[in-house]
Amino acid sequence: MKLLVPVKRVVDANVKVRVKADGLGVELANVKMAMNPFDEIAVEEAIRIKEAGKAEEIIVVSVGPQQAQETLRTALAMGADRAILVKTDEQTEPLGVAKVLKGVVEAEKPGLVILGKQAIDDDSNQTGQMLAALLGWAQGTFASKIELAGDHAKVTREVDGGLQTVELKMPAIVTADLRLNQPRYASLPNIMKAKKKPLDEKTPADYGADVKPRLKVIKTEEPGGRKAGVKVESVAELVEKLKNEAGVL
Amino acid sequence: MTILVIAEHDNATLSDHTAKALSAALQIGSDVDVLVAGKGAKGAADAAAKLKGVRKVLLAEADELAERLAEPTAALVISLAGFYDTIVAPATSSGKNVAPRVAALLDVAQISEIIEVVSPDTFKRPIYAGNAIQTVQATEAKKVITVRTASFAAASQGDSAAVEPIAAAADPGVSAFVENQVSKNDRPELTSAKIIISGGRALGSSEKFQEVILPVADKLGAAVGASRAAVDAGYAPNDWQVGQTGKVVAPDLYIAVGVSGAIQHLAGMKESKIIVAINKDEEAPIFQVADYGLVGDLFVILPELLKTL
Repeated sequence: MKLLVPVKRVVDANVKVRVKADGLGVELANVKMAMNPFDEIAVEEAIRIKEAGKAEEIIVVSVGPQQAQETLRTALAMGADRAILVKTDEQTEPLGVAKVLKGVVEAEKPGLVILGKQAIDDDSNQTGQMLAALLGWAQGTFASKIELAGDHAKVTREVDGGLQTVELKMPAIVTADLRLNQPRYASLPNIMKAKKKPLDEKTPADYGADVKPRLKVIKTEEPGGRKAGVKVESVAELVEKLKNEAGVL
Repeated sequence: MTILVIAEHDNATLSDHTAKALSAALQIGSDVDVLVAGKGAKGAADAAAKLKGVRKVLLAEADELAERLAEPTAALVISLAGFYDTIVAPATSSGKNVAPRVAALLDVAQISEIIEVVSPDTFKRPIYAGNAIQTVQATEAKKVITVRTASFAAASQGDSAAVEPIAAAADPGVSAFVENQVSKNDRPELTSAKIIISGGRALGSSEKFQEVILPVADKLGAAVGASRAAVDAGYAPNDWQVGQTGKVVAPDLYIAVGVSGAIQHLAGMKESKIIVAINKDEEAPIFQVADYGLVGDLFVILPELLKTL
């Protein structure tokens, strides 16, 4: 079985982003970029499935600018076998990406596609579900556990009230939540080796997909600020203020 | 403008998220129907019919809808989509599971987690864990939207709309429900609680978390939350996580105990009315958003707080 793992290049999770002065987006110049953390978890899960002898090949794919190949190299250094960069300079939206991925799935025929549950830049949380819909496949979103048995995948999902387990007919889509695993760091020898692994370049048109944005961004602004309040000296003072000043107790 | 709101419920009862998503829907347009998809869900449907502003409630019942699996639920919504301009779901784990599937099948973009309706086709939504707010306009005739319910007040009750039974769509038959492991407790639900007390990594263990946080929660009638660090360390279950990828809450009072205040945690609670931070590190970022900060050892402060309340 082949595993397909789509990965996205995003602003590093530790960077505090700033809105651009012209209100047309956030400042991305000279900002540290990294693989979307949920996608790292997805890559790690694929590697574990392969290590357990349940898959033969891991293909990673990214839909984005030329620099997204750095993200793909990271995934290759972690343990993926080959990579596909679907190059576009459009501001991609989840639906467009899902359409490209549908094309990749049809070309590569993986038994399982594992994605991060959401990208930490646009926080959309859509691509996996959309890909599942376009393919007519089952989806196991927000996964904290995946068990493969024959032609079924048992997926435990993190839901609002606790955990839900579903059984999906394969091929299927799984989106990774935080507790699925702890991604490994790529070792230096593996980083060197990753440079020699195959990385194909394609375009959305190669897969017959249109990635033009459907939404119009009118403006981007700073959120309403919250000012730091006061420091209290004691529990008694805190309770007094909550009762009499804030009126919340 | 006709709008369909996908209800959040557990068959027997309707969740507060539905009433909040309804408020957002009523700001988009006035002809709003509510879809209750479930099994034995008359209770939830009757509750939805009482919400002010609901035109009618559509009740679809089938085995495969009992746990609101994404595939049959999306198929059902698609079967109704021709009658509606806009489809709205609360951004709960269930809404987030189903709505993008619907959008893709309709070949339209989805607008996720709106926090404000600017006009019927223009919305505000947070990006980058709430560090920026984007105003986006939908360019397509049909719209699929999820609503961050913490940003909208619940629609009030008092109407009595009709409940119309409708047929479920054919089950795509690719998924099956196995089991739910629901965390049981008598405390209020995190996303609708008036008071929340949250614990962070500084609690040090699951035992200490329970010993120190829970009695104060019970005394206050509060829901219990946790930071990602505390959940990852196993001090608290996953469904207590507050933050960018956990639950987004906006209670009247949020008490953060031993929580440092990572951007991702702040994203989930900074709309709270009053924030209290208790932390021994006076440089902790949580103090930058707290209305009241108390610097000190939580293991001394919380027992004292319990006595004072």
